[in-house]
Amino acid sequence: MAKPSERRRFLRTGLGLAALLGASGIAWLPTPAASTHRLRPPGALEEQDFLSACIKCGQCVQVCPVAALKLADLGDGYGIGAPYIDARAQACDFSCDAVQCILACPTGALTYHKPMDLPVRTGMPVAAPPVLLAKKQDPEPTLNLKERMGVAVLIRPELCLARQGKGHQGPARGAGFSGRMRFMAVDRWKPIPLNEHPFDVAICDLCVRTCPIEGAIRLIPLADGKMTPEVLEPCLGCGVCEMACPTEPAAIEIKPRQGWPHA
Amino acid sequence: MHNRFSESWRQLLGLKPRKPEAEQQKTEAQVIHRTKREDKARIEAFKAHRADIVRATRWRNRRWAVLIVTNLLFVLSFWLDIQMLEGSLTASRFLGFHMIDLNAALQVALAHKHIPINLIIGTVTIFLFWVLLGGRAFCSWVCPYHLLAEWTERLHLYLAERKIVSDHAFHRGLRSVLWLLFAALALISGYTVFETLSPTGILSRALIYGPGLGLAWVLLLLLFEIAYSRRAWCRYFCPIGLTYGAVGSLSPLQIGYHLDSCFHEGDCRKVCLVPHVLDCVIKGRASDTHINIGADCTRCGLCVDTCPTGSLRFEVRGLQNLL
Repeated sequence: MAKPSERRRFLRTGLGLAALLGASGIAWLPTPAASTHRLRPPGALEEQDFLSACIKCGQCVQVCPVAALKLADLGDGYGIGAPYIDARAQACDFSCDAVQCILACPTGALTYHKPMDLPVRTGMPVAAPPVLLAKKQDPEPTLNLKERMGVAVLIRPELCLARQGKGHQGPARGAGFSGRMRFMAVDRWKPIPLNEHPFDVAICDLCVRTCPIEGAIRLIPLADGKMTPEVLEPCLGCGVCEMACPTEPAAIEIKPRQGWPHA
Repeated sequence: MHNRFSESWRQLLGLKPRKPEAEQQKTEAQVIHRTKREDKARIEAFKAHRADIVRATRWRNRRWAVLIVTNLLFVLSFWLDIQMLEGSLTASRFLGFHMIDLNAALQVALAHKHIPINLIIGTVTIFLFWVLLGGRAFCSWVCPYHLLAEWTERLHLYLAERKIVSDHAFHRGLRSVLWLLFAALALISGYTVFETLSPTGILSRALIYGPGLGLAWVLLLLLFEIAYSRRAWCRYFCPIGLTYGAVGSLSPLQIGYHLDSCFHEGDCRKVCLVPHVLDCVIKGRASDTHINIGADCTRCGLCVDTCPTGSLRFEVRGLQNLL
């Protein structure tokens, strides 16, 4: 028979094991909820595959020229350390041209070429290689992306300035907003704060003006003669329209991992 | 013959160190064990001299410097955009070359069930790196949690000395069980479950990308160690230690023990994170006159600093004989 001290140590070890497994269980709890609303970087695998493939190193964060990627915290459960984009605060405007985060990813969680056996959901692939407006004059104007991150949706049409027949003067967003993007008219290689690039438009079309992808969004007339943004199939879900939308909260938002056409 | 390699692996997996039988000890070692106490003058001379010996901090200082500089290199590479060491401890690029933590790579491979080429390149690089530099040297020379735990360990020892807290040991086999369990969890659930709880990853990311809620978990672990069990995470829980320990079993860089000069004071075992690897320094236990300390050793050098007779030294197996 083991000594009492040995037995106590054994019991303690069992409790230690149970406690750590318990902690693993608790850490799982916020995972499903956090997963549903996170906008992942371009080239991300389907959410479950993405979370398993991501090694939580943050190399994608380091290469993004507009610092659009953030790493999730413990509140995301098993998604801790995985990158996401808060488009309203800082969208991905593809100002790196080559989708640097995909190049940086060491484990293929962000990838140009999804392995053959991984699922491709209906509506996620884009019909044609997306044309990056900034590269329009280049010999190869397309982005090496086969699937979208999500789709932009005019989620609060009642707030949309165009729908009210209103224009917009001045910076896109309120004071203190620090989001950045590049404007080809300013500098192709240096993104500037969005608020340093004021607008003056008779009918607000900031979502259309700032969209980095060709043919992804346009302004069309409604029956009452007012205008409305219409999102089109090439939309990648990068979130620039959501970031640039001057209303508070934004009238247009990205639905993460939503395919085309959206429901 | 007492097989040091299998003994080293037994200890790594959490089994008790085995005391070698007399017939498993080399004759030279037996002679030293038998005759050591006969030279009374030598023992007296050592005792007289002992009080004057100031405990060295040379290796500890070097190690802390390396640990801090390595982690700082990660931080500055991002903050100042000097792009030397990009990423964090789970995976990074050093001047563009992939380096991937072996345990993180294992979790990802099991969870994702795909092994991209960069994962293989980075893993092989890091494997070879730590074979050369001594396996668990990762723990004591790089892991930021090790340094924090080393500092809070002093608080634990201070409180233990005043009988305010006491140290509660766990079975060392727990780490092996957890290693298997977290591997199984990754395989079955498809999530890198261990990364959620790994203070190494959490701290590394917090240093580079800014603090977060994950630090609360790290704090909890440190408090647990202060109040209840000395260095519990590194000793009994962390599967990363086992992974690098396995690598270290192949490493030529080891702490070497020299029986003839040892007075069996036991100071080394008191400062050691993994004192079972120093079982051979107990009087009568050494099976040979020179012993390579086992794979679970983190090559932290505290024993080297502490040993009053210089019987424990950093050595490179093979190279030592050439020199």
